[in-house]
Amino acid sequence: MSPDVVADRQAAAPGAALVLRGLRKSFGSAVAVDGVDLEVRRGEFLTLLGPSGSGKTTTLRMIAGFMAPSGGSIEISGQDMTRVPPYRRDVGMVFQNYALFPHMTAAQNVAFPLRMRGLQRAEIARRVSDALSLVKLRDLGGRYPRQLSGGQQQRVALARAVVFEPRLLLMDEPLGALDRKLRKSLQLEIIHVARQLEATVVYVTHDQEEALMMSDRIAIFSAGRIEQLGTGDDLYYRPASLFVADFIGESNILRGRYETDGGDGGWMIRESSRWRIGRSAAARAELGAGAPAALVVRPERIRIVGEDGPLSAAVNVADATVDEVLNLGSDVRYELVLDGGQRLAVRESRGGGSTARDRGDRVRVAWSVDDGLLVPDPDT
Amino acid sequence: MAALGALTVFYLLAPTLVIVPMSFTQAHILSFPPEGFSLQWYQRMFTDPQWAAGIQHSAQVATLTAILATTLGTLAALGLSRGRFPGRPLINALALSPLIVPVVVIAIGMFGLFVQWKIAGSLVGLVMAHTALAVPFVIVNVGTSLRTIDRNLELAAANLGADPRRVFLNITLPIILPGVLAGAIFSFITSWDEVVVAIFMTSARYRTLPVEMWEQVRQVVDPTVAAVSTTLFVVTTALLLLLFVVRRQAPAQ
Repeated sequence: MSPDVVADRQAAAPGAALVLRGLRKSFGSAVAVDGVDLEVRRGEFLTLLGPSGSGKTTTLRMIAGFMAPSGGSIEISGQDMTRVPPYRRDVGMVFQNYALFPHMTAAQNVAFPLRMRGLQRAEIARRVSDALSLVKLRDLGGRYPRQLSGGQQQRVALARAVVFEPRLLLMDEPLGALDRKLRKSLQLEIIHVARQLEATVVYVTHDQEEALMMSDRIAIFSAGRIEQLGTGDDLYYRPASLFVADFIGESNILRGRYETDGGDGGWMIRESSRWRIGRSAAARAELGAGAPAALVVRPERIRIVGEDGPLSAAVNVADATVDEVLNLGSDVRYELVLDGGQRLAVRESRGGGSTARDRGDRVRVAWSVDDGLLVPDPDT
Repeated sequence: MAALGALTVFYLLAPTLVIVPMSFTQAHILSFPPEGFSLQWYQRMFTDPQWAAGIQHSAQVATLTAILATTLGTLAALGLSRGRFPGRPLINALALSPLIVPVVVIAIGMFGLFVQWKIAGSLVGLVMAHTALAVPFVIVNVGTSLRTIDRNLELAAANLGADPRRVFLNITLPIILPGVLAGAIFSFITSWDEVVVAIFMTSARYRTLPVEMWEQVRQVVDPTVAAVSTTLFVVTTALLLLLFVVRRQAPAQ
């Protein structure tokens, strides 16, 4: 974990909305969550991101109280909630399949948590109408869930989860069942609602784009643990591991062995190829000489410079052959084969006068040594 | 194919349907084809003290059976589908066994037991016996509803502040209600036209309609039996139609 994240966590301690300490869950001999520590600040939008089976949903279900942890503790607004049943946690939850009560209208669904809290009839009516307005469904309160579209149903579910002003809003892949376009507009709507209510949100998704767009911070889950916790920029520009580098964004991964250059920087060596590594990247990785490592370069940081491209100590340069040209609309993506045999993806913005290349063209690519990220390689 | 189907349906329904015109006959013996048209046998059914008592007893036994079997069967289905305890598959099989065991065997067994308990030939004994026959239908119907319910709905209700009792009353029960009602209707019908157990469990003082028919047919073949049969048939058909409506009303998930 990077030093600035540790500093953030200490600063957050007094007003934390949610604190998980050593949270564990095992099913028989299978460990689903393996010691998760996490602090969520008040008003923060934090996403648990990871592949399926990485423990993110299990963690969320333990926070909601649907599952008892095998170990560790859960604290919500300073109160220990580890053994408190779900109906006394005062936490709102939005499910992937909406989980709207089919025998109740949208308005009755939204009124349900208020009824359970014994509010006055007039107060319930007022707050239900406010909540439905918040999700732009004021006129559809009389409809049954089956009379609403998927997007509308999920907005009712959101209204129902926030109408009682819970201390925490949990969302379990809430947009997973919706098509891409609707997902985009609902992402914005969820962000707006969360900001307007100053809600603390713990959001689960396996969609890294969604996580980057919506979250203040992201916790990357892998094999039941948090692999890295940080802002989207932290994860994208300063991944702590090969897993994170590979999972977030597109990456070129050049594996090899790390060597120091005697000074602040270093080299990544593989057979006959040598890639220079910048000072800050080398310092962050804290690798010993000769350690197996991976050099991660984002496709958009690599430029195609032509045969007579510059050679200097500040850039890595390689000759390659164009293998594939992919049109991505505003961008073009080239799949190259380096002369050393490794494959490399390069993403270039169209326009800006860049010359079009064809399959089979010989090109020279270059990237600044500061754009190469160094991470340990656990697989070698 | 259509003709074959029609033939099969005719074969299945003809014996039942032939009784309907026979019940409107003017003649004094059961005969087909009927002669003339008259409602006298229906009038007889309601005015003759023995028939009237039979109708009343059958309605009484079937209603009580439906209430008791639905309550017990719903609770059993909940326990069997939600509970995690040793021997659950065995208990499930035993609870459904009245569907498989020959009715006459059940009847003889219960008769022996109920005579000892001194409830043979009484309303209580008959309701208990019919409840045992009807409970499996409730367990099957409610169990099916419980299996199709989305467990996230119950989790969502708990998350929104409902304790387990309120989750059941506000969410689970309304959603499985079509299954519960179907179970209740099946229970009513099971008791309403049951004759084997009823022959053992009734006495001359307390007879249900099917038993009364059985007794009467053995003595006099009077067209009242046709009128009673038609009434039984109409009530059962009406209930099955109701069942169909209830099933269609099940909320789409």
